[in-house]
Amino acid sequence: MATLEINDLHARVAEEDGERILRGVDLTVESGDIHALMGPNGSGKSTLAKVIAGHPAYEVTGGEILLHLDEEDVADIDAELDDEDYHWKLLELEPNERAALGIFLGFQYPAEIEGVTMTNFLRQALNAKADEREELFEDEDEESAEADDDDENEGYETSPMEGPADDGEIGVAEFQEILSEKMELLDMDEKFMQRYLNAGFSGGEKKQNEVLQAAMLEPAVAVLDEIDSGLDIDRLQDVSKGINALRDEQGTGVLQITHYQRILDYVEPDHVHVMLDGEVVKSGGAELAEKLEDKGYDWVREDAFEAA
Amino acid sequence: MSSQQDELKETDTEARFEFKKEEKSAFQTEKGLTEETVRVISEDKDEPEWMLERRLRALEQFQEMPMPTDWPGQPDLSEVDVDEIIPYIRPDVDVRAGVDDWTELPDEIKDTFDKLGIPEAEKNALSGVGAQYESEVVYQNMQERWEEKGVIFCNMDEAVQEHEEIVREHFMTKCVPPSDNKFAALHGAIWSGGSFVYVPENTTVDMPVQAYFRMNSEGMGQFEHTLIIAEENSEVHYIEGCSAPKYSAFNLHSGGVEVFVGEDAHVQYSTVQNWSKNTYNLNTKRAIAEKGGRMEWISGSMGSKATMLYPSTILKGRGASDNHITIAFAGEGQNIDTGAKVYHNAPETKSTVESKSISKDGGRTNYRGLIHIADGAENSSTAVECDALMFDNESTSDTMPYMEINESKVDVAHEATVGKIGDEDIFYLQSRGLDDDDAKQMIVSGFIEPITEELPIEYAVELNRLVELEMEGSLG
Repeated sequence: MATLEINDLHARVAEEDGERILRGVDLTVESGDIHALMGPNGSGKSTLAKVIAGHPAYEVTGGEILLHLDEEDVADIDAELDDEDYHWKLLELEPNERAALGIFLGFQYPAEIEGVTMTNFLRQALNAKADEREELFEDEDEESAEADDDDENEGYETSPMEGPADDGEIGVAEFQEILSEKMELLDMDEKFMQRYLNAGFSGGEKKQNEVLQAAMLEPAVAVLDEIDSGLDIDRLQDVSKGINALRDEQGTGVLQITHYQRILDYVEPDHVHVMLDGEVVKSGGAELAEKLEDKGYDWVREDAFEAA
Repeated sequence: MSSQQDELKETDTEARFEFKKEEKSAFQTEKGLTEETVRVISEDKDEPEWMLERRLRALEQFQEMPMPTDWPGQPDLSEVDVDEIIPYIRPDVDVRAGVDDWTELPDEIKDTFDKLGIPEAEKNALSGVGAQYESEVVYQNMQERWEEKGVIFCNMDEAVQEHEEIVREHFMTKCVPPSDNKFAALHGAIWSGGSFVYVPENTTVDMPVQAYFRMNSEGMGQFEHTLIIAEENSEVHYIEGCSAPKYSAFNLHSGGVEVFVGEDAHVQYSTVQNWSKNTYNLNTKRAIAEKGGRMEWISGSMGSKATMLYPSTILKGRGASDNHITIAFAGEGQNIDTGAKVYHNAPETKSTVESKSISKDGGRTNYRGLIHIADGAENSSTAVECDALMFDNESTSDTMPYMEINESKVDVAHEATVGKIGDEDIFYLQSRGLDDDDAKQMIVSGFIEPITEELPIEYAVELNRLVELEMEGSLG
């Protein structure tokens, strides 16, 4: 059971006189829970998502983002762990380190990478994550011992004409097995896997692909930024099925950023939060989303002002 | 016996190319270039008189020609002082023509090629292998079944002795005469080593033959000559690999390649160049394709301080075709100036050029190309595509695609793109667990993928590995 804890987070655009966007966000997401984060355009929802993942375009000026893990979350680690290994300050870590610890960001506009097949990309991502986890969790002595090992093993075992030995943690067969399983779950065509990463994908395919990646990487917490935008109803149902499976099959906590009630009919949230002007100003259950759908955000703003 | 360098453990791919061996030679010339040097080389090789004459004439031409200095964006060649290099080093090997058994080589030379993986590759994927160390070919072998069919694959010096008539007819006469450019003239004067490949008509050599060129000594020059003759309806794939350890003094590589593609013959010439970053790599490579002949140039230019290389094809016969694929990679302090030249001198000839270049950390890549379509070469077509990827604002990439079209009934297409690697793309991959370096590497391998997917698998793997090598550590 992992917990993502955001305390009084302030962030601005990382440039001189950059606009202040986050003004004291407090939010906690536990694995296994589905949270919906709603709010009008420009309230800071997407910025929050990017800051959680470590996007370099934003500078954090205050607050903290913590990730707490328990035994279950580190079951794959052999090394002896101490208390520090269960509590991480994400703001001190690189984006790929955060990913390795179990943070996933589903992009509103996923990048298109030409020339890199889905298979190739996913397998490398899985292996990178496994390698990075090993590095993050092992203590320093082991780290240097391992480096020595590498020296012995690498070098000129293989000829330049043959290419490197396949040294990834996850072999081809194992990878294919995991992949087939996840794709079936999402009702995706296997032909996907030979296409280049998001290149020429339709809007819907891109979103489906984001959920597939989350399914493959099995994060503790997945932040999905407007995963429902630009989806037709069939695709919306596929994507929703995938998101529910993230929670049901692998216990992922989901922070779903959305403008619309529509997806919440398929992915029922345990918690709903409203963001206004860079702060989470209201939280509640699923009924809050319905109220927002009916009445818009103005009443929330009034409530918030009254409280202040 | 082993020097201190050898004691160092070979730890990674980089070390495979960068290691040095103690210099140990049987004979070497003094530094610099005089008529005396040329005579000494020719005498040491026991060459026929006509070859000495050609060398001396080339020397004269070299001395008369000015250094190329006025090409826009070209590498700075002011450091290239021919009087500072050792043009000829004969390694200490008993058999002058090279041995055909790796174990007969001195340990330090055998060890060098072992580390480069050449004997291993020979076992698995090649029809024949030649290996040049300094100025001479030290190993040469070809599978017997090819010999039986009349295929010749030997070192160039041996060819001068054993196949004198055919060499005399083709050697730097109609394809690359020394007058072509200053470095072709230099090459003509002091060439040594290289390969001679002869494929008789109607013969398909189904696995590639490879030559590997290794410069080991500091401050030397390597000037190997490769002559490939593919007779009517024959087919051969020649692979050239090269590397050198890094020294403080500059090294000069100035190879000459001549390819004769007979009627309906098909020659593929692939190069992986991984010279050390102190090497000036100034080559002249040219092919002449007869009626229906097909020439393919595949070049990966990774190493060197400066490279100037524009493989060219003269499409001489009706229906001849050419395909150029080039990948260039320039890091800090490198200027990789490459391109392609194609002369459409007959009707219905066809050429395609695909060029991809990557520059980072202030490196510079240039694409310099020429497509010439002669008057009367009707119904010919050409398609040129150049893409450049830059890592940062310090790096440079230029595209100079010249076209001289003297015939109206032709089909000409040209496309060029220049782009900078995207921060959002990098972040996307990082958010999936790849670190900064791996993310960039993935984007680059995707960028060159349209080219690598057309290559033989072994070659594509090697090229990708070299690109990874170039990117390692220097990013961030």
